[in-house]
Amino acid sequence: MTMRKDPLIPMIGVVTDIRMDTPDVKTFRVVGLDGKKPFEHIPGQCAMLSMPGIGEALFSITSSPTNEDYLEFSIKKCGCVTTWLHEMEPGRQVTLRGPYGNGFPVDTELKGKDLLIIAGGIGLAPVRSVINYVRANRANYGTLDIVYGSRSKEDLVDYAEIIDEWCKEDGINVHLTIDREQEDWDGHVGFVPNYVKELNFDTSKTVVMCGPPIMIKFTLAGLEELGFRRDQVYTTFELKMKCALGKCGRCNIGDKYVCKDGPVFRLDQMSELPDEY
Amino acid sequence: MKQLALSKLNELFAAMAAQQQLYIPADKGGQAQFLPYVDGMELTKSLNTARSAKDLFFPQTEDIVGFQVKGTEITIEETRDPGAPFVVFGVRACDARSFEILDRVFLSDPVDTFYETRRTNGTVVTLACTRPEETCFCGAFGIDPANPGGDAAAWMAGETLYLKANTKKGEKLLSSLPLLADCDDNAVETVQAEIHAITEKLPLNKLDLTGFDGDHLMEHFNNPAWSKLSESCLGCGTCTFVCPTCQCYDVRDFDTGHGVRRFRCWDSCMYSDFTMMAHGTNRPTQKERFRQRFMHKLVYFPSNNDGIYGCVGCGRCLAKCPISMNIVKVAKTLGEGTK
Repeated sequence: MTMRKDPLIPMIGVVTDIRMDTPDVKTFRVVGLDGKKPFEHIPGQCAMLSMPGIGEALFSITSSPTNEDYLEFSIKKCGCVTTWLHEMEPGRQVTLRGPYGNGFPVDTELKGKDLLIIAGGIGLAPVRSVINYVRANRANYGTLDIVYGSRSKEDLVDYAEIIDEWCKEDGINVHLTIDREQEDWDGHVGFVPNYVKELNFDTSKTVVMCGPPIMIKFTLAGLEELGFRRDQVYTTFELKMKCALGKCGRCNIGDKYVCKDGPVFRLDQMSELPDEY
Repeated sequence: MKQLALSKLNELFAAMAAQQQLYIPADKGGQAQFLPYVDGMELTKSLNTARSAKDLFFPQTEDIVGFQVKGTEITIEETRDPGAPFVVFGVRACDARSFEILDRVFLSDPVDTFYETRRTNGTVVTLACTRPEETCFCGAFGIDPANPGGDAAAWMAGETLYLKANTKKGEKLLSSLPLLADCDDNAVETVQAEIHAITEKLPLNKLDLTGFDGDHLMEHFNNPAWSKLSESCLGCGTCTFVCPTCQCYDVRDFDTGHGVRRFRCWDSCMYSDFTMMAHGTNRPTQKERFRQRFMHKLVYFPSNNDGIYGCVGCGRCLAKCPISMNIVKVAKTLGEGTK
């Protein structure tokens, strides 16, 4: 009997570049053994990265599908696998499998819309893929507002790209904020939910949001105060996963599996599910 | 339908075992379990095995893949054993249904090829329950212990064993055993009626499951009874390990000293680290973990699978739970909420 390759068996990838983004976030470029992009994906989709002997974990793909050369993962150092990744040198091989999940509806529901992207901290990782996809297909979308906040200026992920590229493009309004005053910062100071309310966005916009659960909760309340409906807001979740195939049972919320039915959900759909995320 | 004198049961087992690996439920270490058949091994007198035959298709631990790490390079080593055809004899009707449930998880896209290979290799011969016990409630899930599924079904009546094929695989097995004699299909009608007379009287068999569907998902989830129901749960996970339909697993790496083995093993939603991530867990107390297990069996799974419940009424969790909590009590308590 010929056996098919099991979906749990990964491929080998090579980490070609590691960029230090913040004191605890690094961005890893990964290619296949042939030096090419390992697979195609949709913004918001994820992949399993692992180092044999250390463990396997799921990360969102932060590069845009329009990038033809490699996949990028922005990873915060916070656990076993991520600590190992932060300590590795470029040139090393890792294993990867994917892509997993549904991704943001960039070619359907988001198309033609004025977009409001809201991110907090490492929550920029999955939505950066959306932002760069929209930038590469500019004619397909309306205006692009980006609200991004972090603890401090140093904790803003992809700061160079934000300042050198996003801020300089027509049709993109970038609104940065940090939690507390600091010397070399003349921008906005305050938490993301309040800043979103202050900016008083037009309610015709479609919202894409990612950040810590507490930010999501208060930002959603703020958006609703402004008059946004839950069905205008998309967010992405991350729960513990082992298989990413909808079988190991870990990321089950209600009758959904975050790995295959998500990780992107429209917030009105989330309202029908148990509050276990 | 085929028949054989029960006195020749060991000859039948020997004939099956001569063709392929045979597992039968036999006693070892004080409990009934599916064991590789050896000459003279006797069927257990217990109604059912302590653990279901799930192990033969989804083992408690199994290697997925191996790695060699040398310097900065990784090589992948296929560790998979292609397996060989096998027969498992004596699976009860409840456990036979559990394979249909596991199939929906593992054989749905993307297919779990480890499970698929074992399902392809394995022939399941079920055995009708001639004396169901009071912890049995398979009837609540529409399972008939007098007419079990599987590739072939067997009945013991008086001094005779009757066998009937349900699938092509079962047909192939039975037709390869010349010691079986043909007989009439109605030969088991009497014993079936006797079984039904017992199941009629089983205290839990008429468990009412109306209202357990996706439409009442949030009602059941928000039922205040969960606090009381889960109060004494020790989080030992025994219910998940003896459950024929529990399929949650963990994936881990083990450094053998000669390379890395990536293996998977059964896991339990009852454990506090099941959903624990570096930044915390979304099910912080035993109440949430307890609720997850029962909600999954009674509400989430049927909601995703044409109304099929993730329980087969085998009664193992009723017998084994150290605090005597079980799915029947849970279903009855929640059921009150939707009436």
